[in-house]
Amino acid sequence: MNTEVTIAGVTLKNPVMTASGTFGSGEEYSAFYDLGCLGAVVTKGVALTPWEGNPTPRIAETHSGMMNAIGLQNPGIELFCSRDIPFLKRFDTKIIVNVCGKSLEEYVEVVRRLAGEPVDLLEINISCPNVKVGGIAFGQDPKAAEAVTRAVKDAARQPVIMKLSPNVTDIAEMARAVEAGGADAISLINTLTGMKIDIDRQCFALANRTGGVSGPAIKPIAVRMVYQAAHAVSVPVIGMGGITCASDALEFILAGASAVSIGTANFFNPYAAPETIEGIRSYMEQKGVSDIRELIGAVRDRA
Amino acid sequence: MPKRILDAGVIAREKLAEGIFGLLLEAEPIAAEAAAGQFVSLYSAQADRLLPRPISLCGIDRERGTIRLVYRVAGAGTKEFSELLPGEKVRVMGPLGNGFPLKGSRPVLIGGGIGIPPMLELAKAFGGRAAAVLGYRSERFLETEFECVSRVYTATEDGSFGTRGTVLDAIRQEKVSGDVLYACGPLPMLRAVKEYAIRENLPCYVSMEERMACGIGACLACVCRTTETDAHSNVRNRRICKDGPVFEAREVEL
Repeated sequence: MNTEVTIAGVTLKNPVMTASGTFGSGEEYSAFYDLGCLGAVVTKGVALTPWEGNPTPRIAETHSGMMNAIGLQNPGIELFCSRDIPFLKRFDTKIIVNVCGKSLEEYVEVVRRLAGEPVDLLEINISCPNVKVGGIAFGQDPKAAEAVTRAVKDAARQPVIMKLSPNVTDIAEMARAVEAGGADAISLINTLTGMKIDIDRQCFALANRTGGVSGPAIKPIAVRMVYQAAHAVSVPVIGMGGITCASDALEFILAGASAVSIGTANFFNPYAAPETIEGIRSYMEQKGVSDIRELIGAVRDRA
Repeated sequence: MPKRILDAGVIAREKLAEGIFGLLLEAEPIAAEAAAGQFVSLYSAQADRLLPRPISLCGIDRERGTIRLVYRVAGAGTKEFSELLPGEKVRVMGPLGNGFPLKGSRPVLIGGGIGIPPMLELAKAFGGRAAAVLGYRSERFLETEFECVSRVYTATEDGSFGTRGTVLDAIRQEKVSGDVLYACGPLPMLRAVKEYAIRENLPCYVSMEERMACGIGACLACVCRTTETDAHSNVRNRRICKDGPVFEAREVEL
């Protein structure tokens, strides 16, 4: 049985990775299982300098989901390179570093700093809804998204995944824009901007007022967007948004995702990623599928 | 040591006061490792309530392999826990975070409201040499159990029992003194205790609370502001779930 997939020339042992921001740099989850079982670890976004993030409360629960407004707190690229990358190198998995920035120059500088590091892929976060500058500002305008992609690609030693925001009118247009800018792959969806109000205190549930909605509640939206994006571009698509188990992951794969990420599910089931990997194998066995690649984009109309 | 998630059997539940409930759980592996001041994550059985609820340990019985949780019903999740019946199971992860360091010969334990429960196990850990200062709005709970393991001073906001006012009013009125302070309770109380500790030049350990998602240090939801740059975060933030929930009061901004 083959579960290997290839993203921009990098072969993953299976299509399951962890979504940025839900897994730190893996250390906390390595207390539960061997990270070597994962197709890849995608790190929490890292910027040029340390970022403090937003005030608390930073999260709130919603029906079948949650909202977060962490605000990309991160230790900065230097500490990340000296501590987090060596930690991840101990495991037999691919390393995907998520990069964030407040300006085009910052993205480029972080990408340059990572050029000599043992990192397999870069994921560029142009879709965080919780920071005032950078982030989503680049991810809602096709021209800006294309420009960031091109600038990052010019500077990057590793293949580049552009992470797209669902907070746009036409996801296919955004996917085509970053492909035109030279993206080697795209990943989606980041969180959907939401708001929750505490009617008892008549105040916002989050200090940031708005936050990114994630979890099972957003999965059908994510599957639809992954399907649309996969049909709009020829580069590989990494799908995510509310995946909790193998059947969720398989929906994304059938919709056209070459790989998938587990995000919010890590918070309520630390074993979600390894269980998803096992579940995909059982599904393949049951369905007599010898190569996972047969399933990518294999969804068809009802007979 | 791998982290532990288990389906713990409910041995007993209790209502201690209006909105305050207790759960006694069979959780031998957690009891074996736990210390006063640590907490557990409790998971809802409802699939649409995703996130675990962090609840501090009020009691740890290594011999019987049980843990006791006392919590306030604050929403649908904690309401669900308050309706668990003996024999039912609830998913628990823990123990999480770092407990109180045991220091001093005359410790003063200060608990306010739902910050009182973790102080009970701490009082037991001090083997009778602690003074406990308990602050309530009005209705008291756990007070008689504190009396078995510590000297108890009580404050009520409405003056229905003990000192009328706050825990600090009780400390002043009863001339409670000690060589180290421990505190858990609402933020204004922690601020006042910290000020008092600085004035009296006493070491002071506070247990902090914040909304959590993962409970293990990955998501960075439950941070608190620190006075110095933290070595892990590289900014002036520490994770309450993993680096805390207990901090020296001078290390954190309250």
